[in-house]
Order: sequence, then structure tokens, then C-alpha cells
Amino acid sequence: MVGPAGGAPLENANPLIYRRSGERPVTAREEDDELPDSIDDREIFDLIRSINDPEHPLTLEELNVVEQVRVKVNDAESTVAVEFTPTIPHCSMATLIGLSIKVKLIRSLPERFKMDVHITPGTHASEHAVNKQLADKERVAAALENSHLLEVVNQCLSARS
Amino acid sequence: VKDGSWTVLQLVEALGFCLENTDPRTRGRGIQLLSQVLLECHSLLQEKEALHLVLFYENRLQDHHLVIPSVLQGLRALVSSSPGLAVSVLKAIFQEVHVQSLLQLDRHTVYSIITNFMGTREEELKGLGADFTFGFIQVMDGEKDPRNLLVAFQIVRDLIAKNYALGPFVEELFEVTSCYFPIDFTPPPNDPHGIQREDLILSLRAVLASTPQFAEFLLPLLIEKMDSDLQSAKLDALQTLTACCAIYGQKELQEFLPSLWSSLRREVFQTASEKVEAECLAALHALAACLSRSVLSSDAEDLLDSFLSSILQDCRHHLCEPDMKLVWPSAKLLQAAAGASLRSYHRLTHSVLPLLLEQYNKHSQSSQRRTILEMLLGFLELQQKWGHVEEDESTVLSLRAPVCSVVFSALTDPSVQLQLVGIRALTVLGSLQGWCLASPGEAGGGLRVCIAYVPPSVLFPPGSEAAMEAAGSLAPVYPKVFSGRMVPRLGEELQSGRERSLDLRSLRQRCLQALAAVSTHTSIVRETVPVLLQHLRKVQKGTAGSAQEVISVCQSLHRVALQCQQDAEGCWYFHQAVVPCVLAMAVQASTQPLLGKALLEEDVLAAMVPVISAATTHLSPELAAQSVAHVVPLFLDGEVSFLPQNSFPCSFQPFEGECLEAQRRLVALLMAFVCSLPRDVAIPQQERLLRELLALSCSCNCPFTATTAAKCFAGLLNKHPAGQQLDEILQLAVNRMEPGLAEGPRREQALTLLLWVSREPPGRGHPVPALCPSQLLGLLGDVELGPAAADGFSLLMAESPDVLHKGCHADVRIMFRQRFFTDNVPKLVQGFHGAGPDVKANYLKGLSHVLNHLPKPVLVTELPTVRAGRELLTPPALSCSDRVVQLSTLSCLQPLLLEAPQIMSLHIDTLVTKFLSLTSSPAMAVRIAALRCAHALTSLPTIVLLPYKARVIRALAKPLDDKKRLVRKEAVAARGEWFLVGSPGR
Repeated sequence: MVGPAGGAPLENANPLIYRRSGERPVTAREEDDELPDSIDDREIFDLIRSINDPEHPLTLEELNVVEQVRVKVNDAESTVAVEFTPTIPHCSMATLIGLSIKVKLIRSLPERFKMDVHITPGTHASEHAVNKQLADKERVAAALENSHLLEVVNQCLSARS
Repeated sequence: VKDGSWTVLQLVEALGFCLENTDPRTRGRGIQLLSQVLLECHSLLQEKEALHLVLFYENRLQDHHLVIPSVLQGLRALVSSSPGLAVSVLKAIFQEVHVQSLLQLDRHTVYSIITNFMGTREEELKGLGADFTFGFIQVMDGEKDPRNLLVAFQIVRDLIAKNYALGPFVEELFEVTSCYFPIDFTPPPNDPHGIQREDLILSLRAVLASTPQFAEFLLPLLIEKMDSDLQSAKLDALQTLTACCAIYGQKELQEFLPSLWSSLRREVFQTASEKVEAECLAALHALAACLSRSVLSSDAEDLLDSFLSSILQDCRHHLCEPDMKLVWPSAKLLQAAAGASLRSYHRLTHSVLPLLLEQYNKHSQSSQRRTILEMLLGFLELQQKWGHVEEDESTVLSLRAPVCSVVFSALTDPSVQLQLVGIRALTVLGSLQGWCLASPGEAGGGLRVCIAYVPPSVLFPPGSEAAMEAAGSLAPVYPKVFSGRMVPRLGEELQSGRERSLDLRSLRQRCLQALAAVSTHTSIVRETVPVLLQHLRKVQKGTAGSAQEVISVCQSLHRVALQCQQDAEGCWYFHQAVVPCVLAMAVQASTQPLLGKALLEEDVLAAMVPVISAATTHLSPELAAQSVAHVVPLFLDGEVSFLPQNSFPCSFQPFEGECLEAQRRLVALLMAFVCSLPRDVAIPQQERLLRELLALSCSCNCPFTATTAAKCFAGLLNKHPAGQQLDEILQLAVNRMEPGLAEGPRREQALTLLLWVSREPPGRGHPVPALCPSQLLGLLGDVELGPAAADGFSLLMAESPDVLHKGCHADVRIMFRQRFFTDNVPKLVQGFHGAGPDVKANYLKGLSHVLNHLPKPVLVTELPTVRAGRELLTPPALSCSDRVVQLSTLSCLQPLLLEAPQIMSLHIDTLVTKFLSLTSSPAMAVRIAALRCAHALTSLPTIVLLPYKARVIRALAKPLDDKKRLVRKEAVAARGEWFLVGSPGR
């Protein structure tokens, strides 16, 4: 696992910024006590879109690292798949971003879900290695024992003031 | 010395040994003592003594450096009391003391001596000429302490402001201050002096921007700093430039204009920071304003003209480029300059507006057209700034026709986005007085075409309140177009929509809203009201007429009523046209059993109430008296002659024993009318009316009618003049209520009456209001009426929308809620403890209502009481199964958790358990509130929370899988925050 480059110049100093989608409007159906709402792509996207980038004061959504079309959820089969796209192919933050997404999902989704977080194919130099690390439960657990790494992840997940 | 038992002379003599000692330390101590004495009692000195002492001190300035601090202090004491000798003292200081080698405090003393002299001896100091300035420059040169700098900057500002001679030292003075620019200072943490960076920036800016004499040195410096990489330096430079423009003239700026412009342009084109951009635009605005203001000498060229030319030259072509990359920065620059003065506005719009119009027609894509129209809009908005303009001066006026056709084309474009911008443009055009008034011809015609021919479905897009407002603001300008064209077309749209498809319903809805929105002029009201009333009649007759449709019409009528309240004539017209018509329709519906009953449904009647009420509240007393003479007999005697189309199959007798239930419901309309009348309007047959209402409210089986009658009764009583009659009626009411409350089939009705009469009772000390709280508290223990009594607390505390509020001239007691709260909360708590298990919930519910309606400021001041009540009741309230109680407890607890975490920490164990158990409540609202409280718990001190962290996180996993999305959202937020408790990086 790689930590953030402390003090080093930003790898991608001037990223392209995208528009944030607004709050999901509340429908009448959602306010009805009786009808169940299934967990859908937008709901998962809403969980991860506000995660902060470790380098920039921007969210993953604003950097287009996560997009709603790259989120797939199947409520009945309890599976979630999220693809994320690092801003540049050599981004050393890729693992950290993936870890943040994964931790956010672990904290926010019911236990029944099996989650798969990986890099959008063909967008990162060491895509395979990063995917492998993110899929390895033990490594993820070990990473969260590291208090320095946990601090960075928590900062990414804290609500922006 | 203070007491006068010693003179200063004696003291000096006593100290003589010390003062003449060869050891500088001893001398220092001697002078220190003397100085301190002087500081304490300088006011007692005689002039001659002071003179001698000053001379002595001046002499001492040449002494050893250890002695100097005390000498300066002594001098400060002396100069603050006895003026004179300013010149020689200052000369001595300038000559003998090397100020910057002293300590901060002593430097401060020097500055205060100077400030003091400047305050009292201005003339003498000016006599020193430029020497004084030079001396001061030497004193402050190299100053580093922020506290002293603030004083020094103030001195420099005074030097300049009070016209001291600067002589040849302007540049030196500038150098000695400008070397601090831009200020880079971060106050140390726990700094006791509280000097902020901002203070220094502002005081330095005041110095630099205080005189045009600095211009030739300052402007190059500012240009250099604008090119700096540091954003703070850039911002400071730009703000200083803006400040300078306030005093500079053409002469100062002339030389630097090209480079200033190129720096500003580069920043706006390149910067990513909104702040820098905004400051650049402000600076450009200030520059142009400054140039427009300057007085020209006869032979000078007009710099404004050449400056604007260069702006145009650099920005114009960006507006034309096909990729439209730099259009926005260019447009913003142009608009900033154009906003500076009328002259610059003309100069720029003369060239830019035709270009934009041409570009609009050149581009065919609606997104590009939208951008161009938005820019055009920006220029048009600027025109508003100058108010009415002579016709031949304004470029905009000469371009009316093409502008109108562009707006028209935008409104008819298929792109909704473009249409919306078009509507905004239409609004701006509507507000430009010169447009419409001065030109009955082609241009006004162009705008009229827009209003008259653009279909309403485009003009009023779904969900756009702006369009309605635009039409509302245009309507008084073109009353004829609106009443002649727009209103009939809206009427047609209303008629055409026979189908019940969703689209057409929403279009009809919008037409109704639009009709209301454009009714901002009396002549238009006269057109729209008949259209609305006609539609109402049609809906009533037609089978398709749904209650929803009637309610929409009523809402529109209500809006019209509110809009013409201020205008006496319009108000009376509306009243005369609408009130009889609505009453007639309702009476007809109630007397013909076969007719559609849509008009008699509760929510329809409830929608009619505000219409009648709003049409009545602003009537003048004479007109109201006319109207009341018709309406009251209608209800009491069935006098229908004043109603239009008054042939009803059976008589209208709402208060007669045998009448139809449907007729009685119309008491709601009577209430809307009589309870909104101004207080000084006499109501005919008032006693009879009151008795009938009282009887109806106690005897009617229908809760809606009974409640309305009670409200009407209470509303009339509230305005009833005090006296014997009032007492009699009240006594009558009590006599009917008390047995009614005690037993019988209509206890609820009696309770309703009691509540309404007690809400805003007439006068003080009457039996009914005094009866209320005790009766209500007693009823809480009643198995049958308990829940209703608990809800009664909500009725007592809440604002009533239709009667008994200030808007309808009711006599409203202030501070009622506060008093009710302090009087009754202890009793409620007491009652709760004494109550049996089956009625405990009623007390909790009552308390919940009282707390929920308490104004927030009271809640804060009464927090101890609230808290006491809450803390006492929290565990039982959270265990209570009543949803209202749970919900109000939770919503009351959430702010308490955030505001008083220390107190709430004491109950952490109970709170955690209860919140977690309520997250599985069957009611969604309760689950959400419980999760919010669980979230709010995280603001308690970490040390308190840590023992619960694992348990809460485990328990909150379950609501993550809730069937409702809104619950899951709160669960995610709460659980995420609990994960951060005591974790690094929080």
C-alpha cells in the first residue's frame, strides 16, 4: 500500500473539474411508509461521490474518478461492483482511492453485500496489481490497522465542511 | 508628591545624588523614579517646573543608552500635560536617539510622543517643514513590530491627510512604508494583542492610497505584485489599486494604463480563482470610473476613450471566435468597464451590442445562442443602473427592434434553456422604463409581439416561478396587451383542456397560476377575475370538475386578492365580484342535492376561506359595512336576493334545526367573512348570530361544522367590545360547555369550543379562559377525551391559519406561549407522575406539543426548565409507544444533544439504548429521527462515547438494510460518524 506523497509536488496539479450532480430529489414513493425502495446504482453512487480526493480539495465526483455509469448493483443477489478511473495513468494515489471507496462501502452497506472495487480497465499502468490488493480482504484489514493509513482514509471520508 | 506635601523641585533635589551619579545604572534608576512620579502626577506641574524638567530631559537624551528608556517615558508624561517646546523636543529626539535600536516598548513611546504633538501642536510642527517628515522617516525606518507599525502607519496617514510638508521626501516616505507591501504576517498563536493580518493590510492600504503623490512609485509596484505568483499578493495589489482609483485622476494613471490593462486582462483570461477574477473586474471597474470622472484640461486627450478602445480591441474578437473559448472572460471585462459610467456604457455597447446581435443570428445552435443571449442580458441589466435615458443617447434604445426580435426568437426556440434566458431578458426589458414609455412604435411593438404571440406553454414553462414574476412585472407596463391579448389566450387554454391527460392538467394549472401572476394592475384584474370565476362555474357544473381543480382556482383567486389588497379600488372590485359569486355557487351546491358536491368537500371549503378572508381584511369600514349587511342576513334569514343567479330550489337556512347538513357546512364561508372584518365594523344582529353559532357548535354531529362554528364564535368574541353583553354570552358559553364536557354524546364538540374560545380570549379575567388550562389538565386523565385534550395543547400553542391572527384584525396576546409554558409545564409533569398507566401517554403528548411550539429563543432561555422536564421524562417518553410523543421527544432531544452535550452525557446509557431500539420502530419518521439523534450523539465528548462505539456500530448495521431509502441515508451518515469517533483523522 502506498501512502500520500507528503510534501512532494502534486502529480496532476491541474486536473479537469466536473460538475457535481445535485442531491437526489425525494419522491412521493420514497416518503410512503409502506413501499420498499430497493438499493439502486444512484444510491451507491451517492455514497461514494462525496469522498474527498487525497490530493486535491475536490471530491471524486468532481474529478470524474467515479461515475454513476460505472456503478453496478444487484440488490437481489447482494452484489456491488464499482469501477474507478484514476485521473492519470501513473497516479500513485490509485490504491488509496480504491481503499477509501472500499472502506466507505464496507461501513455503509449491509453485510450481505459482496463488493468488488476495481480500476476501469485500461486506465492505469499497474491496474492489475492495484486490483489484486483491493480484492485481498486480509490486506485491506491490515491496511486499516495502520493508524497513519487509517487517518488518511478517514480524512477522505469525513464530511466536507 | 501627589498629596502636595512634596514639590517636584524637592524631589529632584533629593534625587540629586542619584541623578548626577557617574554610574549610568544609578542614573537610570533615578530618572526612572522621577519619570514614574511624573507619569502619575503630571497634571499637578506648574508651567515653569515643566519647562525646566523638559530642558533637563532633553539634555538627558544625550546620555548613556541605558538611561534613554526612562528619559523617553518621562518626556511622554511631560508632553502629555504641558505643551510647548514641541519643536525642540522632537529635534532632540530626531537628533540624539537612534530609535530603531530601542526596545519595542520604547519605540512605542516615541511614536506616542509624536502622535501627541501632532494632535496638539500641529502649527508648530508644520513650521518645521519637511524636516519633521524627514525626522519621522528616520524614526520609523526599519520598524518591524506589528503593534508599532499600526501606530506608525496612522502617523503617516495623518502626515498626508493634514497636509504636512513632504518636500523632497515623498519618495522616501513612500519607500519607508511601501517596503511592507504586500503584508505577510501571521499572528503568533495565543497572541495577546489580537492584531490580525487584515488590520495591517487595511492600515497600510490607507497610507498607500492616501495621496496621488505616491502614484508614480506605487503603480509600478502594484503592477509587479499583480504578476506575482502569490495569490494573496495579487489580491492585495488589486484591492489597493481599486482603493487608489478613488483619489487618482487621469494624470496619475496615464502612464501606466497600458500595462495595468494588460495585467488585468491576463489575470481574467488565465486565472482559475474566482476571487482573483472578481477583484480584477472590480479594479477595472474602478479604473474606468476614475477615468470617466476626471476633469480634462482643454488640450489633453480623453484617456477614457483610448482606454476603452484598447479594451474593445482586445476583447471584441473573442466574442466572434467560433469556438467561443474566451467569450465569458471577455464579456465580463467589457461589462465591468461598461458599468463604470454612462459614458463608458455608451461607448462599449455602441460597438458590442450590434456585434452580439449579429453573432446571435450567425450561430444556429441553441446552446451558443444561449451564451450570447446571456451576455446580451448582462449589458441590458447594466442599463437599469442609469435609469431613464434620453432617447437619442442610448444605443440600446436604437437597437430596440433587433433586440426584441432576438428575444422573440429565443422564446420560440425549442430549447427550454434558451427559452428561460429569453424570459429573463423579457423581464429586464420590462423593467427598462425608457423602452416602453418612450416608444409606442416599433420597439414596444416588438415586446408586445412577444407577449401576445408566444404561446403561454412556452412563456410559462413548468416549474419556473421566474417567468410568472416576469409577467407580473411587465403587466403594469403594458396593461392593454395583457388584458387584451394574454388574458383571453390564457382563458382559451383553460377552455380547451377538456381531456384529463396529465399534460393538459399541468398546462391548465400553469394557466391558472399565470392568470393570478399577471393580475398586478387594476385593469387586468378586471379581466382575469371573470375568467377565473367562469372557470370555477364550469368546473362546478361539469362532471369532470374535480375538487383539485376547484382548489387550484381558489389558490389563484387568493393570490389575486393578495395582490390587489393595497389598492382600495381593486380591493372593492374584487370583493364585489368574487364574494357573492363564490357564496352563490356554494349555496347552490348546498341546496341542490343533485348537483356535484365538489364545492362542499372540506378541503375545497378550506381553500375558499382564504379567498374570502383576503378579499375582506383590507376593505374600508364603510364598504365592509355595506357588505356585512348582505352576508349576515343571508346566513341568519336566508336572504339570497343579493346573490347572482339566486333562484334556488329550496331555502337556505343553515341555522334552522331541520336543515340539510350540507348547508351547515357553509358556516366556514361565514367565518371567513365575519372574522376578517376590521374591528370597528358593527355586525348586525350580532347577539343572535353568536347564540346560533354557540348552539351549532355544541349540537352538531359533524366535526368539521362544529369546529368551524366554534372558530367563528371565538373569532367574533375576540373582537366583541367589553361590557355586560360580552359577559352574558361568555356565561352562556360556560353553561353549555361544562355539562357538555362532563358527559353526553358531544363531549368532543364541547372541548373544541373550550379550546377555541380560550385561544385568544376577549379581555382579561373572564371565566372561560381561566377555565381552560385546569379543565384541559383534568381531561388528560380522562380515558375517552384524553388524547383529544393532549392534541388540544397543540391547538392552543400553534398559529391558526384562518382566524384569530393579526392579519384578520384579531386582538392577539403577546408572550402567550411563554406564559402558558411556565404556568403549565410543572403541572403537566406533576400530573404525569400522579397518572395511571393508561393515560400517562396523554400527559407526555401534551408536554411534547407545548415544547414543540415554543419559540426557539424561549427554548434557549428556558433551557433549564425544559431540560429538567425533558430529563425527567426522557426515559418514559422514549419508552412510550405513541408515535407523536416519540417523534416530538426525538426532535426535541436532537438540538439538546448538539447544544448541551455535557448535560446529555450524564444520560448516555439510556439514550444509546433507547435510540438504538427506536431505529426499528414501525414508523419511518421515528426511525429517521432516532438515527438523527444517534448521529447527534457523536458530538458528545469522545471519552463518553468510546465505551459504546462497538455496540452502536454493530446495531446501526441493521438500519443500513432498511427497506426505506431515506432511513438508509440517515443510517449511513450516523454509522459513518460513529466510525470516526476516537479514530485518527477525524
